Amino acid sequence: MSEKIYGLMAEFDSPGAVLHAAEKVRAAGYRRWDVFTPFPIHGIDAVTGQGNSLVGWVSLAMGTGAFASVVGLIWFTNAFDYPLLVGGKPMFSIPMTFVPAYIMMIMGGAIGALVGMLGLNQLPRLHHPLLNKSRFALVSRDKFVIVIGAEDQKFSVTETRKLLETIGGVHVDIVEDQD
Amino acid sequence: MADSLQSLEELKRLAPPAELRRAPVVEGNPNLGALTDKLSQFAEGKTPRWWWILFLPAAFAATVIFPTCLFYQVFTGVGVWGNNHPVMWGLDIVNFIWWVGVAHAGTLISALLFLTRQHWRTTIGRMAEAMTVFSVMMAGLYPAIHVGRAWLDWFMFPVPNSNGLWPQFKSPLMWDVFAVNTYMMVSMLFWFMGMIPDFAALRDRSTTRIRKTIFSFLAMGWTGSARHWHNYEKAYVVLSGLCTLLVFTVSSIVGLDFCTSQLAGWHATIFPLYFVIGAVFCGFGMVLVILIPLRKWCGLENIITKSHIDKVAKLTLVSGLIIDYIYLMEFFIAWYSGDPYERWVFGHRLFGQTYMVLGWMLIGINVVMTQLLWFKKIRSNLAWLFVIGLLINVGMWCERFVIVVGSLYQDFLPANWGKYMPTIWDIGLYIGTLGAFFMLYLLFVKFLPFIAISEVKGATPHGDPHHPLGGAKKGGHQ
Repeated sequence: MSEKIYGLMAEFDSPGAVLHAAEKVRAAGYRRWDVFTPFPIHGIDAVTGQGNSLVGWVSLAMGTGAFASVVGLIWFTNAFDYPLLVGGKPMFSIPMTFVPAYIMMIMGGAIGALVGMLGLNQLPRLHHPLLNKSRFALVSRDKFVIVIGAEDQKFSVTETRKLLETIGGVHVDIVEDQD
Repeated sequence: MADSLQSLEELKRLAPPAELRRAPVVEGNPNLGALTDKLSQFAEGKTPRWWWILFLPAAFAATVIFPTCLFYQVFTGVGVWGNNHPVMWGLDIVNFIWWVGVAHAGTLISALLFLTRQHWRTTIGRMAEAMTVFSVMMAGLYPAIHVGRAWLDWFMFPVPNSNGLWPQFKSPLMWDVFAVNTYMMVSMLFWFMGMIPDFAALRDRSTTRIRKTIFSFLAMGWTGSARHWHNYEKAYVVLSGLCTLLVFTVSSIVGLDFCTSQLAGWHATIFPLYFVIGAVFCGFGMVLVILIPLRKWCGLENIITKSHIDKVAKLTLVSGLIIDYIYLMEFFIAWYSGDPYERWVFGHRLFGQTYMVLGWMLIGINVVMTQLLWFKKIRSNLAWLFVIGLLINVGMWCERFVIVVGSLYQDFLPANWGKYMPTIWDIGLYIGTLGAFFMLYLLFVKFLPFIAISEVKGATPHGDPHHPLGGAKKGGHQ
C-alpha cells in the first residue's frame, strides 16, 4: 500500500467565509479543488466555475425515450401484433396513446434525473480518501471544507498550505490517498 | 466600514414592520451544529414510550388483521366482500381513491412548494413525502386484489405471454395501472434522493458500527462536494417538476375511470379536477393529523412552528373551498342538464333513505366545518386543527363512498336496484391498511431522517452566505 497525497484540506466556520475563501482559491489560479458543505450554498456554483448541470438533459433524454417507446409499444401491441377493435374506434391513434406515454415519460424523466445525478457525481462509490479524515465528518454538520487536490499543477504542500491559512482556513491538513 | 454601517441603518429603517415580516423557518435561531443535533436526535436516541404505544397496535393490525383479510379474500374470492350486483365497486375502490388522495398532499408540499420556493416546506416536506410513499402502497394494493384473481395481475402489464394477448390501452383502467405504479415509483425516487445527504449526516454522526455500515451504504459515498450539490439541486428541481405533473395526472386518471362511463353521477367532465382537488384536500387533512402530534412528541415545536401549521391550514382551506365549489357545480349541472337520471342520483345523495347520512356528513364536514379554518383562532389552536384534520379524512371517505356506491346502487332500471353493505372483511382490510400505513410511518420516523436536515440548515440565516449570521462580510441582507 503506497501512501500518496490526495490534497490539502482546510476548514471554515460559515458559508460566507467559505464562499470568500473559495473566491480567493480561484483567484490564486488553482483548478483542481472543491468545496464541501453540509448544504448547497448560494453562489458557490459560480465560484467553482460550474456551468449548467447535465442532469436535466439526461432526464429529458430518458423522458422522451420513454414517451416514444410507449407510443411504439401501444402501436405494436394494439394495432400490429394483435389488432384490437374496441367500440369501433381506430386500432391506433395518437390521442389514445397520450396518457400512458405521458405517464411513462414522467417515470423515465424521474429515473433519468436520479441516475443522471448519481452518474455525474460518480456515485455510488465505496470509498473516498476524504472520508478517512475524522474532521471531515463535520462537513455534514456545521463545517465547510475546501480541498485543493495534489493533481493540481500549482499544488505544493508548503505554498498551498500557506494560501489556505491566509484565507482563513483552520485545521489545514494533508489528505492521504491510500490505494 | 462607515459606509456599510450607514447602509445597515438604512436597511433597518426600510425594513417592513414586524407584523409583515416573514416568520422564520426555524424559531430560536439555533446554529448549524445545534440544529443538526436536534434534527437527528430522534433517530439516534432511545425509543420513547409513545412510539411503542402507537407502534404495537399498528403492527398488530398490519401483521395479523391485514394478512388474514387479504389471504382470506384472495383464496376465497371477491364474494367475501359486500360487492355484488349492481354495486360491483365497493369499499375496495372507495379506499383505493381515499389512499391515493392521502398521498397527494405529500407530493404537493414537497414538489410544488419547492418550485414556488416556499422555505417553510423544508421542515415538513420529508414527512409529507413519506406519507405519500406509504399511502400509495396501500392504494395500489386495492385494485390488485379487486381484480379477483390476484395471481393474474401480470396480465395488466405488457408482458409477452403464450396467449398472445396484450393489454387494452384504450381503457382508463389500464392507464390507472401505469399512473399508480409510476406515482409510487417516482415518489419513492424523490423521497430517497432527498434523503441521500441526510443519510450522509447520520453516517458521519453514527457511533456504532452497524449504524455506520447501514448509513454508509444508503448514503452511497456522498461527500457534500460543490459538484455533488450542483447536480443534486438540478435533479431535485427536475424531480419536483415531474412530481408536480404527477399530482395532476394520478387522481385525474382515477377520475377518468368514472367519467368515461355512462352512469349518472359519474358521467361528468369535472371529475378529473374534482378528484385531484379532493385528493389534495384529504391529504392536507392527513398532514395535520400526522404533524401536530409528532411535532409535540418529538420536541420539534421550534422546527415545525405554529406558523407552518397555520400555512398548512390555509392550504387546507383553499383546497376545501375549491371542493365546495365543485360540489355546487355538480348539483347545479345535474339540475341544469335536465337529465332525470342525473337529478335522481343527486337528489338521492342527500335525501335517499339508504346513504343520506353519508351525504350529509360530506356536506357537514367538507363544506360547513372547513369554513372554521377562516378564523385565525382556530388555525392557531392545534387541538382544533387535529380534530378538523381527522374529520376531513372522514368527510372525504364519505365523499368517495357517496360517489362510488351512490351512483351504482340505483341506476337506470328500478328492477336493477340493490343495496350495498360492507362486510367484516372489507372493514378488516381497511383497518389492516391503516395499520400497515402507520406501522411503516412510525418505523420511518424512528429510523430515518424524518426532517430534511440539510434543507432546513440551508433555509436558516446561519446557512445563508449573504446574511451576517452566515458569515457575510459587509452586513449583508437582514
